[in-house]
Order: sequence, then structure tokens, then C-alpha cells
Amino acid sequence: MLSKKLGLKVFSLMLAVMLVISACGTAAKTTVATKSTEVEVFSWWVGPGEADGLAAMVKVFNQQYPDIKFINAAVTGGAGTNAKAVLATRLAANDAPDSWQAHAGQETIANYLSAGQIKPLDDLFKSTGFDKVLPATLLPLISKDGHPYSVPVNIHRSNVLWYNPKVLAAAGVTANPKTDFKTLDDFFAACDKVKAAGKICLSLGAPWTAIHLFENIMIGTIGADKWNGMWTTPPTTDWAGADVAAGIANFAKALSFTNADASTMSDWQPASKLMVDGDAAFNIMGDWAYGYFANAAPNGLALKPHTDFDWAVSPGTYGVFNFLSDSFVLPVGAKHPDATEAWLTVAASKAGQEAFNPLKGSICARTDCDQSLFSEYSQDAAKDWTSNVVVGSLMHGVVAAPAWATSIGTAIGLFQTDTSKTADFQAALVAACAKDGTCK
Amino acid sequence: MSRRSRIKFQLRLPQLILAIALIILGLVFILILRNNPLVIANKNLTSIALLVSGLIFYAGVLVIVSMFESETILSISLLLPSIVAIAIFVYGFIGWSIRVSLSKWKGLNPDFTWFGLRQYYDLFHNDPRFVIDVRNTVMFTVGFILGCLILGLGIAILLDQKIKGEAIFRSIFLVPMSISFIATGVIWGWLMNPAVGNRITGINLIFQSLGLKSLISLWHSTPMPWGMAFTIIPAVWQVAGYTMALYLGGIRAISDDLREAARVDGASEFEIYRYVILPILQPVTLSAVIILAHMSLKIFDLIVALGNKAISLDVPGIYMWVTTFDGTNYAQGAAIGILMLVSVAILVVPYLVQSMRSETQL
Repeated sequence: MLSKKLGLKVFSLMLAVMLVISACGTAAKTTVATKSTEVEVFSWWVGPGEADGLAAMVKVFNQQYPDIKFINAAVTGGAGTNAKAVLATRLAANDAPDSWQAHAGQETIANYLSAGQIKPLDDLFKSTGFDKVLPATLLPLISKDGHPYSVPVNIHRSNVLWYNPKVLAAAGVTANPKTDFKTLDDFFAACDKVKAAGKICLSLGAPWTAIHLFENIMIGTIGADKWNGMWTTPPTTDWAGADVAAGIANFAKALSFTNADASTMSDWQPASKLMVDGDAAFNIMGDWAYGYFANAAPNGLALKPHTDFDWAVSPGTYGVFNFLSDSFVLPVGAKHPDATEAWLTVAASKAGQEAFNPLKGSICARTDCDQSLFSEYSQDAAKDWTSNVVVGSLMHGVVAAPAWATSIGTAIGLFQTDTSKTADFQAALVAACAKDGTCK
Repeated sequence: MSRRSRIKFQLRLPQLILAIALIILGLVFILILRNNPLVIANKNLTSIALLVSGLIFYAGVLVIVSMFESETILSISLLLPSIVAIAIFVYGFIGWSIRVSLSKWKGLNPDFTWFGLRQYYDLFHNDPRFVIDVRNTVMFTVGFILGCLILGLGIAILLDQKIKGEAIFRSIFLVPMSISFIATGVIWGWLMNPAVGNRITGINLIFQSLGLKSLISLWHSTPMPWGMAFTIIPAVWQVAGYTMALYLGGIRAISDDLREAARVDGASEFEIYRYVILPILQPVTLSAVIILAHMSLKIFDLIVALGNKAISLDVPGIYMWVTTFDGTNYAQGAAIGILMLVSVAILVVPYLVQSMRSETQL
């Protein structure tokens, strides 16, 4: 009898334990079990804002995993150029860090998946419930054959049209950039007025900003679906076709409204400054420009939103969110795989992203972050992030492998030297796609 | 005779013990460091420690070599590490780059699939960017060399007129040489700012205030191909002082007797320079051309700082960087690098051969 009672007790206890376990299983997992004592994370977040953001996210990590020592293997150097070279050397020497920063999308997939360096993250996305809080249109852009390969931590927007309301008013532009630039032609009509008033319509900076402009003009001309179709294998949008030709024509026209000294500018900031200084009306630049405009000196110009500068999405891209993202990967030969998983779990978590993004000036990849933590611009962008169609940036590594993106960049640079050669430009784009192997 | 040429070996016990101790010490350090990285204050110093261990080991070898009492063997042994290092890290890697340039390597993982000369063929036949690079390099090289030679010789002749404060002028003209090309590029980028209207600045602003509006220029943002010509200005500004120093040294080495003799023969000052000084300076000109040409064929920093990688101001060095490190197109990058090496070699190798010949004649 006694043994039967005991058996019942044991049975009910087991049942209870199982129930608890299954309850844990259905709820999103917040931490993972770990044995490792350290995790080495490689990034190029060393500048103002981003380094603070990383430190804040590490603080969250340390709270959740006090037994794991976080080793920050950050490498200095603009936009990760140096860091990527250092990382390539380390990977070649079989000395991979436990996780590293990579632009989400094809840059990650072409560089690291093709080299057999990273693993898919389906399990982590499911177990943490991360896949549920991402925009549905994002997942295909960071996946290959249906498997996601990196955890996006922050989201930046490429298709932002910054403008100077005072210049527009002085030039007699009555169209409202937030609602009235439904096509590029609407925008060019405004440009004609600005030009007639003796101002630059669209300020442009260092050569790479022309690639940034190109992608947003193309999306504004052909729309999100056809833009996505340019990057599928094989492309469903014909690179030699009329849609791309129309985009090229608009790009040529947009270039005709830019400042002649663009190529002598050292980066994007001088071009954005032309706009806020009142020399130019518009500037198409990613949303990192917001920090430059609004932050206090010395890292920003301390300008007032809506009066000194204002923003809309780039012409013709209402309802489209052209994104780029920094993300972290799971290496094949990770020295501390459980610690890597712990780090990725934090990077994907609400707490981690809420700690990082307000300081970096980006928005959460998750759609459920507490918006009161963010700037006015970021709140605005976060609304679009949840509701818009998400497409990927060319300049910033989402849609094309680096080799392909570089050939397109060369074609755009050549086109800039003579914008009448639209046919040559399109032929060069077709050749670049063929060389990549995506087009037949 | 035969006894002399035989290498003597004298075994000395203290030296032998020292040598064995050094060799064992070096080997032990290397073995320890193989599995235990040396970390001091969070800095990984393993590679430096390995180098030092290797040196200790080799010092032991040298002690043994010294017992041979032959200067030839000793000098070869002393040079050997450098010879091996240069053989591996210079010539070995040139060979490796050539191999990469004959492959299909694109992406992070090495891919040595044989591709023949296809990378080179594509650069010359299917690559409008490389054609621009070649044209820009030729334009830059010719302008840069002529500018430096003419300006350098001109200043040298002026300084040769036994003027007051010659040392000060000499230093002033030489100082730009000590500035890095990046700094020169950034500063001249500001000076040659092509902005117009109310944003006018730099040299254009000077022209405007002087009423010389016709001289206001787009500088290096002038449409292709002439924008490249303006990048020669900062390059000449920086290096002409160096050519001046070369020429001044050459002129000063010419004996006054020759000038006197020419004057006695009735030559004017111009004719003295034309028919006496310049012909004697020919070797100086030749070495100046070689030095200037190898600088301009490899130019990268100045052009990047001025043009921010704009295609109209592209040169092979920039294209190699972009295609290799941004585009992960290692095979193409290696091909461009080898072409740059060949272009410099075409100039430098005949010069080296010639100077080696003349040295052996002496």
C-alpha cells in the first residue's frame, strides 16, 4: 500500500514536472543552459553611439549569464572595412570568434555561408519566438532556401528623403513630401521649382552615396515587387527590360538635379549638411542622418526636427521599407557553441534590442519594442517597420553578394561620368548579373 | 693554396656549451609557446615571443658557425634569415599572387581552379573601368614626372645662383616631401574645392576676390578625362622639392672649372646650362624618373583622398582595393596587382641591370 501511495506521489510529481517543462516549452525561452565560461564577439562597433549601444547590450547579457565572460573583439575602421579583413584572416586561420557582426542578407550568405562558415538559425528563431515578432517580409531577405542565417539586432532605413522646409517654402514648392511624391515625376516637378529658385534640388555626396540613391530611385520607379524580382535566382524582373530602363532614366534625371561637386565630398555628411544649411532642398540618405542632424555637438548639428529639417520616405516608395541591418551569426566551428547561442538569444531578445538601439539610433528588428525609449524619428520608422513591405538594400549588403554589388557600383560610377549613356549602363548591369551567375 | 682554402674548424668548449644552451633554450621556448599562448595585460604576444625564441635558437647556430673561422660562411649565415624571409615574404608571395591571378577565386574560400590568363584578358577587353585606370595612370605619370623634373630643375638652378638664405629656401621646398599623401590629398581637396555660388571657397575664392573669374575651375571634378590632370598639381607640389634636392646635389658636384672653361670659350649662362650642366645631370634625371615613375604607377593614397573612389579618378591601386576587399574578388585583385608590379618592373629592372653593369665595370 505504502509503495503504491509513494508510486502515486512520484507519478503526480513527475506529471507536475512535465507540465512545468511543457509550459516552459510553449512560452518563449528567455535563457539557454550554458557550460562555457566565455564568449568572444567580433564587431566594428567602436564609434560614438554604437559602442555605447554594444556596452548596454553586454550589460543585459551579463545580467542573464553572469557566468559567461563577454570578450569584446571589436575592430576600428569605417563601416567595417578593416574589421572584415581582420575577420577574413581569422577565419582563414581557423580562429573564428564565437560570433561576429555581418550585414544581414546576401553579404552574410555569400561571404560566410558559401564558405561553409555559418549554421542556420531555425531552432533559435523558433525557440525564442523571434520569428513571430519580425515583419513577415523580412525573413526571406535574411534567409537562404528558407533558413535564416543571422540574428538582426538593429534596423536602419535606406529610403529616407530628408528635406529643408524653409528652402521648399522659399522656392514655392507646395507639394508635401510626406504625401505628394507618389511618383518620381512629382518629385522632379518640385525639383524644377527648386532649381529655378537657384538652389540645388538633391544633394549628393561621395561616390557610394550615388549607389544609395540609385537603389531608392529604382524602388521608387518600379515598386517593391519588381525590385525584389531583380534579386531572385533567376531574376523575375528582366534586367534588360523596360522597368529597369525606366528606373535608369529616372536615376539619370535625379543625377541632373544634384550638385556638381558631389564626387569631391569625403562622405555622406557634407551632402546632408548642404540640405540643412539651406543650399539644397532634398537629400536621400539612410536614417543614420537623423543622429547627425539632431544630436548635440560634437557628434551632431543640434538641429530642430520639422523646422530645420524634416523627413519623408524617398519619392515613390510610400509603404515600402528599404532596410539594412547589422546582425550576428552562428559559426560552424564555434569554440563555445552554447555561449554563442546565449549571446544570440540576448541579441534577439526584447531587452537586448531595447538596450542597444536607442543608443545606436536605429530601430529594433523586433516589432514589440517599447517605443517610448526612442527618438521621434525612430518611433515613426518603427510604425512603418511593422506595417510596410520590407525590401532589402543593395548598397548595404542585403540583396546582392559583395562581388555583384561591387560590379554594380562600378557600373553606376561609370554612368556618373556620362549620364547620357543609359544603354551602356543597362548593358553593364545585365553583364554584372550574368557574371554573378544569377542571370543566365 | 689548397690548405688555405680548406675551412678551419676549431672546437672551443665554452662556445660549444653556450651554443647548445642557446639552441636548447630557443627550442624549449618554441615548444612551450606552441601550446601556451603568451598573454600579458590582455595582449597576445605569442608571435613576438616566438620570434625572440627563434632568434635565441639561431644565435646558438651562429656561435657554432663562428667556430669555423671562415668569414664567408659567417656572413652567409648572418644573411640567411633575411634572405629566407625576403624569399618567402616578397618573392614567395609574388609567386602566390601570380597563381591567384590565374585562378577563379571569388569569395572568402580560396579557389585555385585554373583560369589561365582570363582575368587579364577580361581586364583589358571587357572592363571599361580598367581602361579608365590605365588612361588615368598614363596621364598622371607623364604629367607628374614632367612637372617634377621641370619644377625641380628650375628651383635647383635658381637656388644655385648663390642667393642669400639658400638653406631656408631649400628646407621650405623639401618640407612637403615629409607630409603623407593622404594629408596632401585632404588639404588640396579643400583648396581645389569646385563649389560655386555662395559656397565658393579655396583657390576659387581667391580667384573670385581677385576678379579672375575666368580662372575659376572645377578642378579634379572636371568631367572625364581631364579631371585626372588636376590631381597632378598636389602630387607635383609634394614631390618637386625632392627632385630639386636631387638636381641641386648633381649641380653642386659639377666642378667650377668646367663652367669657367665654357665661359672662356664664350658660352652664355644659358648655353652653359644647356650644353654643359644638363648633359652631366643625365644620370640624375634618369634616377629621378625611375623614382617618380614607381611612385606614380602605384599611386593610391593621394587619389583616394582627393577622389573618394570616384570612377573618373580611378587608378589601378584603388580598383585593386575595391575589387579585392569590398568585392571579395581575389583573383581579379591579384591580376591588377601583378599588372602594377609588371609596369613598375618594366621601368626599374633595366635600370637596375644597367647600374649593376656599370658598378662591375668600375
